[in-house]
Amino acid sequence: MTELATTAQARELHRKFCEDVLGMPGGEKIKICQQCGTCTGSCPTSHLMDWGPREIIAAFRAGMIDRVVKSNTIWLCTSCYYCTVRCPAGIKITDLMYELKRMAIKYDLVPKESKNPAMTKYFVESVHKHGRNHEVELMTKYMLAKDWAMPLRYWQVGLKLFTTGRLPLSAKNTRGRDELDKISAYLEAQEAKTQ
Amino acid sequence: MRYLYYPGCSAEATGKAYDISTRALMEKLGVELVELDDWNCCGATSYFSVRELDSFAIAARNLAIAQQMGDDELLVICNACYTTLAKANRYMAEDPKVFAAVQGALGAVGRTYDGKVKVRHIMDILINDIGLEEIGRHVTRRLTGLRVAPYYGCQFSRPMGAFDDVQMPTTMDRLFETTGADVITDFDAKTDCCGGMMMLTREDAALRLCHELLVAARQGGADVIVAACPLCEINLEAYQPRVNKAYGTDFNIPVMYFTQLAGLAMGVDPKQLGIDKQVVSCDPVLAAIPA
Repeated sequence: MTELATTAQARELHRKFCEDVLGMPGGEKIKICQQCGTCTGSCPTSHLMDWGPREIIAAFRAGMIDRVVKSNTIWLCTSCYYCTVRCPAGIKITDLMYELKRMAIKYDLVPKESKNPAMTKYFVESVHKHGRNHEVELMTKYMLAKDWAMPLRYWQVGLKLFTTGRLPLSAKNTRGRDELDKISAYLEAQEAKTQ
Repeated sequence: MRYLYYPGCSAEATGKAYDISTRALMEKLGVELVELDDWNCCGATSYFSVRELDSFAIAARNLAIAQQMGDDELLVICNACYTTLAKANRYMAEDPKVFAAVQGALGAVGRTYDGKVKVRHIMDILINDIGLEEIGRHVTRRLTGLRVAPYYGCQFSRPMGAFDDVQMPTTMDRLFETTGADVITDFDAKTDCCGGMMMLTREDAALRLCHELLVAARQGGADVIVAACPLCEINLEAYQPRVNKAYGTDFNIPVMYFTQLAGLAMGVDPKQLGIDKQVVSCDPVLAAIPA
């Protein structure tokens, strides 16, 4: 995780974040958040968060970008969309969390203890390799990289799933899986062009 | 009746029974399912964390294939696939920039998509196309006395809300009332989160959510919990021993895909519904259903 060395760097990052967030479909609605806290009250994991979604929006708008990206909040979002459907201002908070995750990964600002980015990385790798998510491969890679003790906790569950045929060792591949690489490459090139 | 069908990745592994029971149930109802040719992963929630446009574009590849196959609808069983695919459509319609970017990306692989293939959850099709009356006609083994907790999960109707309420959906309740089951209609945990992928990355957080759901189901007197999503199903079912260990409980509640239980009510053989793939034994459920 990179430290934001100077205020200037933090400011630059904030500018970049604002640009990206406001560029999202419906992103400009963040300006009309009235801090009612319905999002935090609806969130199934807010009790574990350094700052709830309401505070994240407040901190973001106040330019305290380091608080936003260094908090565990964005990594505890389960994508349940409760906040999104309940927000009286129509802010797509789940999408905002995704955007912040993307930014944190892009600028290497992920807290060390967060395991979600590794899961995301291996998931995407699996999809690009097979065209589909190969669950066994994903879990093996993740376990080797992030959680050696996993078999100790999960061997009973794993055995049960394996014996009922729910953990096939080989995956069916999508024939046109190379198209996914091309799609990503195209979009990356487009993004580079606009920057 | 015929539908183009998108099984999704889990349907080939941990959620195999959802696929098996969907096919058996639809066959029983006289509905033909044609699998979408050469489909790819919808991208799930992981892709949204990489690049938003990537997630829309790789989801849209499936919709482009559907369009190429001459279909204007796609039947989806997994809540997460449903939301991801439908969201790609919605954002393409709402934002011309997204539409253009997805068009461009698909063009790069020689495909085209006009944004018009309707993504539909299997529950939507059962309730609104086939209809409860027709379903009722196929019920041969009424689930009388069976206490059913209908667990919809998050992404069943959130954020789309296309065919059911975003906070308090009722389609699954109505489906099982039609089968004669004793549905827990006030199961207010019905759309609470199971923790999803967090079961692997933040187990404590996910176990707490599953614990709350299991407590709510037990308080409602559930004989069985029915789910509509492979992630919900596996978290609630396979991790019950982990919940028990963490909270000192003794949960052993059968969890089934709603398609499995609906199939049983229509007299489909349990083997054809993949009931043998469940981790928590469903024998008490099978025994409770009158022949």
